[in-house]
Amino acid sequence: MAPTRREFLIIAGLSAIGAACPPLGRIIAKETTSSRDSLLGAPGSVPALKAKRWAMVVDTRKCWDDCTDCITACHNAHNVPAIGNPKHEVKWIWTERFENVFPAESHTRIHEVVRKQPIPVLCNHCDNPPCVRVCPTGATFRRTDGIVMMDSHRCIGCKICLAACPFGARSINFVNPRPFIRKLNLDFPTRSKGVIEKCNFCEERLARGIRPACVMACPEKALVFGDVDNPRSKVRQILDSNFSIRRRAELGTKPQVYYIL
Amino acid sequence: MLEKALTGSRRYGSWMAILLALFGMGIYFYLRQLEYGLGLTGMSRDVSWGLYTAQFTFIDGIAASAVMLILPYYLHDYKAFGRITVLGMFLAIAAVVMCMTFVFVNLGQPARVLYVMFYPSLTSVLFWDMVVLSVYLVLNIVTGWTILSSDKNGVPPPVWVKPLIYLSIPWAIIIQTMAAFIYSGLPGRSFWLTAIMAPRFLATAFASGPALLILLCFVLRRFGGFDAGRDAIQAMAKIVTYAFLTSIFFVLVELWTVFYSQVPDDMEHYRFLFVGLEGYNTIAHGMTVAVIAAAAALVLLINPRTRKKDSFLAVACVLVFLSLWFEKGLGLLVTGFVPSPLGHITRYTPTGPEVAIAIGVWAMGFLIITVLYKIFLSVREAAELD
Repeated sequence: MAPTRREFLIIAGLSAIGAACPPLGRIIAKETTSSRDSLLGAPGSVPALKAKRWAMVVDTRKCWDDCTDCITACHNAHNVPAIGNPKHEVKWIWTERFENVFPAESHTRIHEVVRKQPIPVLCNHCDNPPCVRVCPTGATFRRTDGIVMMDSHRCIGCKICLAACPFGARSINFVNPRPFIRKLNLDFPTRSKGVIEKCNFCEERLARGIRPACVMACPEKALVFGDVDNPRSKVRQILDSNFSIRRRAELGTKPQVYYIL
Repeated sequence: MLEKALTGSRRYGSWMAILLALFGMGIYFYLRQLEYGLGLTGMSRDVSWGLYTAQFTFIDGIAASAVMLILPYYLHDYKAFGRITVLGMFLAIAAVVMCMTFVFVNLGQPARVLYVMFYPSLTSVLFWDMVVLSVYLVLNIVTGWTILSSDKNGVPPPVWVKPLIYLSIPWAIIIQTMAAFIYSGLPGRSFWLTAIMAPRFLATAFASGPALLILLCFVLRRFGGFDAGRDAIQAMAKIVTYAFLTSIFFVLVELWTVFYSQVPDDMEHYRFLFVGLEGYNTIAHGMTVAVIAAAAALVLLINPRTRKKDSFLAVACVLVFLSLWFEKGLGLLVTGFVPSPLGHITRYTPTGPEVAIAIGVWAMGFLIITVLYKIFLSVREAAELD
C-alpha cells in the first residue's frame, strides 16, 4: 500500500534528521562500551598495523601453570561464549599438554618441566590452510597478509573445516552463544548458532593499530606477534636466535605459530 | 503415470500411512533442531559429524549401485536384468534424495544451503559432491521415467535416452569416488587419509546396493505380484558376493599396512575401531557385531547351495546390508574423529531427536521408493494385460 501524504512527510522528515546527525549513533555506542575497550580508540585514529606475513612466537618457557590471562583477554575481546558443556565448547585460544600439542615429538623420557608445561594453542593461520581448501562457500579464506579469516555470514555450518583442521582449532556454535557471553564487547560482533569460529589474529585490532589481545595481556611477554617476513621484526629476531618448532609441520600446512620450548 | 501411486490395496495404504507418520515425526524433531541448534544432537567439538553424515556415506553407495544393473544390461546385453534396470534407477533416485537430505539436516545454517551454488569454491570436494549428486539425480529421473513411459505406451525408448544411460555408468562411479574424497583428502585425519578409500567405497556400494535390491525384489514378488526372475536375482547375488569379498579384502589390506608398518597414529584409530580406547568401546562392540554378521553372510553367499536358496539368500543380504551399514557408517565416521588431533577421546552417542530425524529421512526414502515402485508395478500390470 502506498503511504499517504502525511506518512510520507513524517518518514522524509525523520530520514532528514537521521542523515543530519550520523555521529549520534556512534556517541551512544561509544558510551556503552566498557572502559577496557575504549583503549582501542576509534577506527582510523591510529594507522593500521600491516605486515607481509603475520606470525606468532609462543615461548612456553615463560608460561605459568595457572595463568589464563591470554585466554581471558581473547575471549572477552571477541565475545567468545563460556559454554559449560565441553562437547559444545567454543574456544579461540586455550592450553594443552606437550604430548597433545606435539604428539610426534613426545616420548617417555621428555623433561618433566616440558611435560607439565601448559602450552597455549590457537589457530596456526597456515600458509597452506586445509580449512580454506575444503570450505564449500569460501566462508573461510586467507588474506594476503596470511590471516585465515571466517565470514560468519557466509558459513553454512557444514563442519568440514572442523574435520580438515589438523589442530582442532575450530569450534562450531552448537547452541545460540549469546546467552553465554560473560561481558558483551560492543566493538566486536557476536555470532549466531550454527556457524564456525576461531582465532582471527585480532585483525580488528590490527586495523586500529593495536597488537593482539592475548599478546598484550601476557604478563611474561611469552607471546610475540609480528611480521615474519621482516628481518627487523621482533618475531624474526626471536626466531633467528632460538630453536623453534611448529605443530605437525610434516602435514605441509605451513603453520605460522612458532613454539620455543 | 504419477496418479497410479494414489490408488492401491489396503495394505499399500497402511504402509504409506506408517511411513508418513515416521516422516512427520522426523520433521517435528527437525523443527526442534532448527530452533535449538545442532546441540540437540550428540555431535561435539571433537566428533563434529555423526549419524547424519554416516547415513550419507552409506546411502551414497546405494545410489551408485544402480550401475550394477545398468552396465551388464546396456553394455553386455545381459537380458535377465532388462526387467529390473528401472528398479535400480528408481532406487538411485530415492537414495540420492536421502543423501541430499542427510547433508541438509547436518547443516548449522540450513537456510544458507544454496550459498554452495551462489559462491562456488572449486577447491572444495563438498561443492563438487553437490554438483555430481544433482546431475546423477537428474540422469536417473530422466532415464528411469522415459523408459517406463515407453513401456507403458508399448514403444521402444527414444534414441536420445541411450547416451544418458551410458553417461550414468561412469557417473555412478564418480559420485562414490567424490564421497570418498570428502574423507580421504584431509591431512590431519590419518584414519581416512588413504588412497584405498574410494575403491573401498565402491566395493561396499556394489555389495550393499544389490543386496538391498535383492530384498526389494523379494518384497515385490511377495506383495506386488512382480517376479524379477530367478536369473536376475542369482546374478545379483553373485555381484553381492564378489563385491563383498573385495571390500573385505580391501579392509584386510588396510589392516596389514597399518599394523605391519606400526605407525602409532594409524594403529590408534584401528585399535579404537576394533577394541576401543580408554574404556570407550561402543563403536568396537558395533564393529564386533558387524564382523560376525559379515562372516555369516560370507558363509551363506560363498556356498552355492545356500546362495541359490531364496530364504538363505535373503538372510545373507540382510546381514551384508547391516554389517556394511555400520562399518561404512558410524564405524568409519566416528573412528576418524577418535582420537582427536590433540589426542583426546570424546564419546559420541546419537541423541533421541537425532535418531528420530534419521528415521524420518529413511522413511522419506522408503516413501519415494514405494511410490516409484508402485507406479512401476501398475505400468507392468497394465502392459501384461494388453
